Amino acid sequence: MIEVKGVNKSFEGNQVLKNISATFESGKMNLIIGQSGSGKTVLMKSIIGLHTADTGKILYDGRNLLDMRFKEIKELRKEVGMLFQGSALFDSLSVLENVIYPLEMFSSMTRQEMVKRAEFCLVRVNLSAQSFHLSPSEISGGMQKRVAIARAIALNPKYLFCDEPNSGLDPITSLVIDKLIKEITEEYNITTIVNTHDMNSVMEVGDHIIFINKGVMAWEGSRNDIFDVENAALNEFVFASELYQKVKKAENLGK
Amino acid sequence: MLLVTLFKHIGSYTLLMSKVFSKPDSWRMFFRQFPKEMEKLVVNSLGIVIIISVFIGFIMTVQTKLNTSDPLLPTYATGLVTRDTLLLEFSSTIMCLILAGKVGSNIASEIGTMRITEQIDALEIMGVNSANYLILPKIAAFVLLIPCLVIVSMATGLVGGYFVGIFTDILTTADYMVGIQYAFIPYYIFYSVVKTLFFGFIIASVSSYYGYYAYGGALDVGKASTNAVVNSSVIILLFNIVITNLMLN
Repeated sequence: MIEVKGVNKSFEGNQVLKNISATFESGKMNLIIGQSGSGKTVLMKSIIGLHTADTGKILYDGRNLLDMRFKEIKELRKEVGMLFQGSALFDSLSVLENVIYPLEMFSSMTRQEMVKRAEFCLVRVNLSAQSFHLSPSEISGGMQKRVAIARAIALNPKYLFCDEPNSGLDPITSLVIDKLIKEITEEYNITTIVNTHDMNSVMEVGDHIIFINKGVMAWEGSRNDIFDVENAALNEFVFASELYQKVKKAENLGK
Repeated sequence: MLLVTLFKHIGSYTLLMSKVFSKPDSWRMFFRQFPKEMEKLVVNSLGIVIIISVFIGFIMTVQTKLNTSDPLLPTYATGLVTRDTLLLEFSSTIMCLILAGKVGSNIASEIGTMRITEQIDALEIMGVNSANYLILPKIAAFVLLIPCLVIVSMATGLVGGYFVGIFTDILTTADYMVGIQYAFIPYYIFYSVVKTLFFGFIIASVSSYYGYYAYGGALDVGKASTNAVVNSSVIILLFNIVITNLMLN
């Protein structure tokens, strides 16, 4: 479980996060949603520690990230997996070597055990053995995301962060990736935080959602009640697509 | 303002170097990266070093001979001038300026691209000391092997000068051979090698610094690459004055 308490973050006098507090439970898909520039990426990077929050607490199962020393943060990061927006696979390594990489850095496994574990993770994300020895540039965007997920789970992380996992993917592949992340979250009881502005993801996998607007946490809830909230900013975000507007219009006409 | 920027760069560079020169997270990974960097930065530079040295050695001999036609000068003077120029400045300083262009831009663009594609963030998230993992093998490989490039440059430069005697009639090979052996001071080779150890460190570390702190897109990686080459070259020239004064004065 990750708890965020009263987190503030400013860049050169510009306050980007204003007193954010939220709890992200394990085994659930915790989604951070909001418009571009709302501060959701800054919030995620502050939770991970890529940005240092100005004030507040970020508790990983009770351990405050902001009180940790460099060595403790390094240790904590071995429990963290992250899926980046652009996958961030290492160009110079093959698909298999990308997944082996964290094992080679931080485990005491033999080479054979590492290969076995990496192959298991790649199969778990539905990749075939034919792609194992290809380089990241030789596989599609969807496959790259899967490799990135496999790499993120290689060390059995307790916490998984996904920064816009659907960016650049078609709706069908996006759905596959969303479901895969949800399956893995539930299977390994991981605390997963997903940063997204894709409403399809919200409706498919959002167990717990927080909505960030202009650096403030404007709403918290689940996908079941997101349509019935009286919050102008959230409504504007949720019903931004023409399709939703048409559906809503039709519903209003039907009433 | 300029001074503030300069101190900011010096501070960031020092902090980066303190991260670079720490114990690697995995020695196994370090020793795997090390030979790859040796090949990429040094072995792959061998061709350009040989080509430039041979041609410069040749043209330097021709120019020296044509511009020193005084009958009072001994016949071996051309070989002697070529040898000392190659040993003292060309093979160390000028060759390092050329390598700053080739190797420096390579390092800065590689690390810069890793930065903008979030590969460095991915390493940090995994708990890897990214500066140490990416930069230390480059510095170690380049500093350790750059003296070899300099010695190759000296040797091939002298061979280039020898070709003047073979392919033209302005100088005999016998005069040239006497010249390059006359009043030879072995300390010059030591001086050149010591200089290049410093220059190698400057090229690898300054280029890594600009790549590591690159941000934005492809254009910014290009800028980082240019800054790496320009600034390493300027620093090399400054250090050349200091080291020459210390070692030859």
